[in-house]
Amino acid sequence: MKSDDLLLAYVTRLGDNALVLAQRKIETVTLGPELEEELANANFALDYLGQARLFYTLAGELENAGRDEDDFAFLRSDHEFRNLLLLEQPNGHFGDMIARDFLFESFYVLQLEALERCRHAGVAAIAARAVKEVRYHLRHVGRWLVRLGDGTAQSHERAQRSIDDLWRFTGELFAADEIDRAFAKGFDGPDLEALRVQWQQAVAAVLAEATLKQPEDGWMASGGKQGRHSEHFGYLLAEMQHLHRSHPGATW
Amino acid sequence: MSKREWPLYEVFIRSKAGLSHRHAGSIHAADDQMALDHARDTYTRRSEGVSLWVVRSSAIVASDPAESAAFFEPAKDKIYRHPTFYEIPDGVDNL
Repeated sequence: MKSDDLLLAYVTRLGDNALVLAQRKIETVTLGPELEEELANANFALDYLGQARLFYTLAGELENAGRDEDDFAFLRSDHEFRNLLLLEQPNGHFGDMIARDFLFESFYVLQLEALERCRHAGVAAIAARAVKEVRYHLRHVGRWLVRLGDGTAQSHERAQRSIDDLWRFTGELFAADEIDRAFAKGFDGPDLEALRVQWQQAVAAVLAEATLKQPEDGWMASGGKQGRHSEHFGYLLAEMQHLHRSHPGATW
Repeated sequence: MSKREWPLYEVFIRSKAGLSHRHAGSIHAADDQMALDHARDTYTRRSEGVSLWVVRSSAIVASDPAESAAFFEPAKDKIYRHPTFYEIPDGVDNL
């Protein structure tokens, strides 16, 4: 790939991660266990939607082919999305969502901190804004994981199972490919190997406080970053895109 | 699922530096940290504040409405306690 294409692919991936997580969170709007938690979740979903819009708008400018944020979000098919598999997994129960958000956001905060310092002004500006949002999310889900893990026998057992089930998707967070390496090299972007060490320390500290066992690194799923998704992804896209595809350009 | 409700907390927000915290409302939360999170997510989404206090509603000692006559009415006719005989300088908004 040419370096312009690699940069475009990198920015689009950041948008894809944000949008897919936003969509998963939006699915649970009205299902919060308490009114206050409901508001928090909806706020977080909107934070991610906002980040996706910024990344896609930047991607559209980089591509310079007249595509806007809506084209990226609603008019691409599943193999064109390059989000992490972790983020497209079905929501499951409340503990599953907390575990997913915790594993991802522990990574995403580190990624954004590195992007904030990178030499691509557009990406750095989005990261500087997003990192404040995600630091708060991480604090929120981290406290929840401790409550569930160090809670009752049942909540402990279920939280442990959530972490165990999702662990196989964490390898992909750090699996650098040509696109990651090009951004690291060309713009002083995140070094995923270095992030892995920081992530392991951060995750281990919270898991210990939550009295949860850190799973062994076994077989790791991958493919999302290359456009090969799990079977759940088509349903997610169908729900997210059908309105725009049925009524292109609809407004209200 | 437990039917027991989370305890109630009262939320106080300082809208900007220099002002005092004001009561904004109340939220339910399972513990102090969650109360702070919920207060933030419920009451400061539109940049309402720069500082938050939360306190368990049960920790607040309130005056008894039945005693309000004895508590508050004696102050009503003591006009000399009010600093109304001073001119407030221009530009002082929050005295």
